[in-house]
Amino acid sequence: MTDLQQRPDGVGFGRVIRKEDARFVRGKGNYVDDIVLPGMLFGAVLRSPYAHAKIVSIDTSAAEAHPKVKAVITGALLETLSLAWIPSLSHDVIAVLATDKVRYQGQEVAFVVAEDKYAARDALELIDVEYEVLAPVVDAKRALDPDAAVIRTDIEGKKDNYIFDWGSGDEDATEAVFKKADVIVEQDMLYPRVHPAPMETCGAVADMDPISGKLTIYCTTQAPHAHRTLYALVAGLPEHKLRVFSPDIGGGFGNKVGIYPGYVLAVVGSILTKRPVKWVEDRSENLMSTSFARDYHMHGKIAATKDGKILGLRVDVLADHGAFNNTAQPTKFPAGFFHVFSGSYDLEAAYCAVKGVYTNKAPGGVAYACSFRVTEAVYVVERMVDRLALELDMDPADLRMKNLLRPEQFPYTSPTGWEYDSGEYPRALELAMKMAGYWDLRKEQAEKRARGELMGIGISFFTETVGAGPKKHMDILGLGMADGCEVRVHPTGKAVVRLSVQTQGQGHETTFAQIVSEVTGIPVADVEVVHGDTDNTPFGLGTYGSRSTPVSGAAAAVASKRIVDKARLIAAAMLECSPDDLEWELGRWQVKGDPSAGKTIAEIAFAAHATLELPEGLEGHLDASCVYDPPNLTFPFGAYICVVDVDPGTAKVTVRRFIAVDDCGPRINPMIVEGQVHGGLADGVGMALMESIAFDEDGNCLGGSLMDYLLPTSIECPSWETGETVTPSPHHPLGLKGVGESATVGSPPAVVNAVLDALKPFGVKHADMPLTPAQVWRAMQGRPMRTDMAIQ
Amino acid sequence: MFGPAPLARTWGVKLNMQVPAPVEYERATSLTEVFDLLERYGPESRVIAGGHSLLPMMKIRLARPEVLIDINDLTELDYIRIDGGELRIGAMVRHATLMSSPLAGEYYPIFAEAEAVIADPIVRNRGTVGGSLCQADPAEDLSAVFAALKATVVISGKSSSRTVPISEFHTGPYTTVVGPEEILTEVRVHLRANAGSAYEKVERRLGDWAIAAVGAMVRIEGGLIVEAGIGLAAVRAEHYSAPEAEQILVGSAPSDELVERAASLAGEHCNPSADQRGPVDYKRHLVKELTTRALKRSISRALPEGA
Ligand SMILES: Cc1cc2nc3c(=O)[nH]c(=O)nc-3n(C[C@H](O)[C@H](O)[C@H](O)COP(=O)(O)OP(=O)(O)OC[C@H]3O[C@@H](n4cnc5c(N)ncnc54)[C@H](O)[C@@H]3O)c2cc1C
Repeated sequence: MTDLQQRPDGVGFGRVIRKEDARFVRGKGNYVDDIVLPGMLFGAVLRSPYAHAKIVSIDTSAAEAHPKVKAVITGALLETLSLAWIPSLSHDVIAVLATDKVRYQGQEVAFVVAEDKYAARDALELIDVEYEVLAPVVDAKRALDPDAAVIRTDIEGKKDNYIFDWGSGDEDATEAVFKKADVIVEQDMLYPRVHPAPMETCGAVADMDPISGKLTIYCTTQAPHAHRTLYALVAGLPEHKLRVFSPDIGGGFGNKVGIYPGYVLAVVGSILTKRPVKWVEDRSENLMSTSFARDYHMHGKIAATKDGKILGLRVDVLADHGAFNNTAQPTKFPAGFFHVFSGSYDLEAAYCAVKGVYTNKAPGGVAYACSFRVTEAVYVVERMVDRLALELDMDPADLRMKNLLRPEQFPYTSPTGWEYDSGEYPRALELAMKMAGYWDLRKEQAEKRARGELMGIGISFFTETVGAGPKKHMDILGLGMADGCEVRVHPTGKAVVRLSVQTQGQGHETTFAQIVSEVTGIPVADVEVVHGDTDNTPFGLGTYGSRSTPVSGAAAAVASKRIVDKARLIAAAMLECSPDDLEWELGRWQVKGDPSAGKTIAEIAFAAHATLELPEGLEGHLDASCVYDPPNLTFPFGAYICVVDVDPGTAKVTVRRFIAVDDCGPRINPMIVEGQVHGGLADGVGMALMESIAFDEDGNCLGGSLMDYLLPTSIECPSWETGETVTPSPHHPLGLKGVGESATVGSPPAVVNAVLDALKPFGVKHADMPLTPAQVWRAMQGRPMRTDMAIQ
Repeated sequence: MFGPAPLARTWGVKLNMQVPAPVEYERATSLTEVFDLLERYGPESRVIAGGHSLLPMMKIRLARPEVLIDINDLTELDYIRIDGGELRIGAMVRHATLMSSPLAGEYYPIFAEAEAVIADPIVRNRGTVGGSLCQADPAEDLSAVFAALKATVVISGKSSSRTVPISEFHTGPYTTVVGPEEILTEVRVHLRANAGSAYEKVERRLGDWAIAAVGAMVRIEGGLIVEAGIGLAAVRAEHYSAPEAEQILVGSAPSDELVERAASLAGEHCNPSADQRGPVDYKRHLVKELTTRALKRSISRALPEGA
């Protein structure tokens, strides 16, 4: 496997070894914690041991007396700078350092800046905080009880833990289809609180130059430009004096979208000490305090005719947002894109109602490759379809096939108003079933059941919703979700492309070079990708929600197209003909009917920088830029089939096979797409079988280390079987749809459906994730457990 | 009423330090030097073997020894040999060594079976037999293995050493009879003819500690079980063992029904507590299920081929 390049000219789409691998496989990546600046100090955060407590007093004198300590920052100090609270991404505020109360275990209470990181940690122990412990609100279902403690006493007049109610769809129409339905199935289910757990934890190095007043922040951010603007807005820092630099990012998955107190504290620390300050959180801090995902208690209700035509779906959600409402999503949508929950099916009506509440848990909610809560949406609809299949005694594949949207229905407007761009759903499901040998598996299952063996087959069909998003519908804190891109071709025909989005492992340095190459004909190897530095890249909102390819990828394609268009005018000048006489043959403009007369992009680039007299109105050089405002989202989709075996004695689940057919439109680099899918499938196995952050009755986080928060290893994962169909997006310039989160979104219900299918002989209808051996055994006993609380 | 969780294995909840407190470090090159150092530094010193239990506890500052006495140079304690009708395992034998030892495996397949499911290769390359027993974590697999094998432990001090049956070694969770100026030096297991052994463990994920684990050993003579050992991990069985179950096995001919009864007793007589690995009823069920499996495999290994 020395050369994966499909095309001998090294141009365009295809399997190409990732440009970034050269440094990553040599251990030469440059992460935030690798950054060392002269005179740099180190910060550490003191965190609350309690879920809910009043801060009576904080005595920092002993810590300040530590010989290596340079500064101790408390909430009281931040208040004098108006920085104790900062706006959240959802019309709320978050505390940078607690001033009045702590509201979740692990919340930031004080910050120490010292000469080395060990001294900073040692000094934390010298800070004496007196707490008055309050009753915590742990169970989201009781957060609105009249006797529940009020968490947000900082909000004037707040008397409860209510955040919002939000609905989407036509409630009356949905009621009406339920009235005429033959069959109605209802099911409660929890999508537990999980954590993206990126390999690299969050951190920042803040460097305030006291002379120039320029503040450089090296930071684990998926959205450097958005961060720069937020720092400017929040801290009143002039935006031109701010530079956010996002070096290599060791995984993001939405964990690195928001601004964390630690980043702000590093900045304040640098301003106070006039020296660079590094803060990097440890694993437990990452798990306990940074953006979690999900935590949706859902009640699904599905209506169908007795022969299996699905009519309608209603979902009521209780959303646990933790102590501050800090989910990250477009402003208009407090539940993200959850309202795409009607999924891949042709329903008459659908309605969802989401209620958000505060609890004494860490804030967050949109993370872990969820496409703004499409994960929760896909889970609920795919579980409900399986519940319906069970009730109707129909095969879940047949039931899905009967109800999937048909190709001729696209573009399709869903009952909640989404316009799905394109899809050929039955083709994808057929392919997955063929790859799986679906009916043979069913036969094998029947034989095994007769012998008392437990085997399960689970299907999930998902429609992803990515590429946020059209400015007319979407903004984050008022910033429109358009992204810029600049392409510059150097005189010798090599190019540089500057992006607003930020790779965290997705391989942008390769795939964006391929996009430019595909359009301009410049070899992939000759295109350099620049990203992650706000001083050197155009503005844009960053990478999350699988938006890089649909939005920024489109910007790169359009800018490249502009290069090609300009090159035509220059080529015409060079060839002394009319531009209309030229035709484009990848990488070259040539005279129609005389292909020997033509100019390559490299020749044109040189001419553009040389002394050639250009046609009137045409400026020299070969540069172009684009700000892309997507006309719509893109809707990748896929059909997944999971096969599991369950040990009837120990209740342990083994994932035997996983078949994943993905349709993300054309594939820029099939190898990278497969890598993204593999990772997402492992995530799905993890969430379905082992991952969750539960809390005990005192609000102690029970997932605060990787011994407690289990991530799957290769041993728990089968050898993935991937397949593809290709349905281009009609509105993306290259038909691309994005794939970063497809597998994370689509795979959990396939695994859960498979396990519950295996447990069918026990009459099990549902059990919540994670389906640990204990949970599966309890389900077999007819007593599945709540997985958001400590096991009793 | 409200407070940080009792630590259990929920590392990181109590404090999120992940950097040990300041500590002095000494490296011993001989047993004599170990005892000298222990004497010199007193009760605030700790020996460190593989460090895979001690260092994590130090990182969250749950353990804060003032001095670490590194015993990794004590190659004299790194051996597996036969002596006096016993398998003798030095305290510094690493998990990985025990797992692949042909000598240990020839007599007791339980070693390789248990070691294969202890932690992961990185931990197994460093963690030691002595450290495992002295850590005395209720979920430690080797404690259950040695309980099933009715091992004897050698504890040495500056001027003398003593042997202690495994059933008297642990005095409770995280505590043993090893004195402040002593260390564990060796574990001994009788060689038995016509014996079989096996290990069964269920974990939530590879590398996780057991939800429950069961080790078994039986010796069969003249068609009757003449000796039986059952070791339990992670379910707070006293001394990691199940004496009630062992007793009903001894003197009887092996049968499915007998195994079933013994397994039920093992499940009833342990004291598991509920945690994120599972509720009490499941853990009891698991002990029963795994005892059945371990006993059946031990019995078939004890019986001559074809019997
Ligand atoms: C990620 C992870 C997963 C693990 N999973 C499992 C598992 O599934 N099952 C399992 O059984 N174990 C597991 N372990 C623990 C592992 O087996 C450890 O290696 C073992 O518990 C301790 O051995 P050690 O040599 O590392 O001891 P150390 O950490 O060096 O020492 C542990 C304690 O024993 C004392 N000590 C060490 N040697 C002696 C001696 N010779 N005499 C007296 N005192 C001594 C030390 O002072 C210390 O108090 C896991 C560990 C990790 C890090």
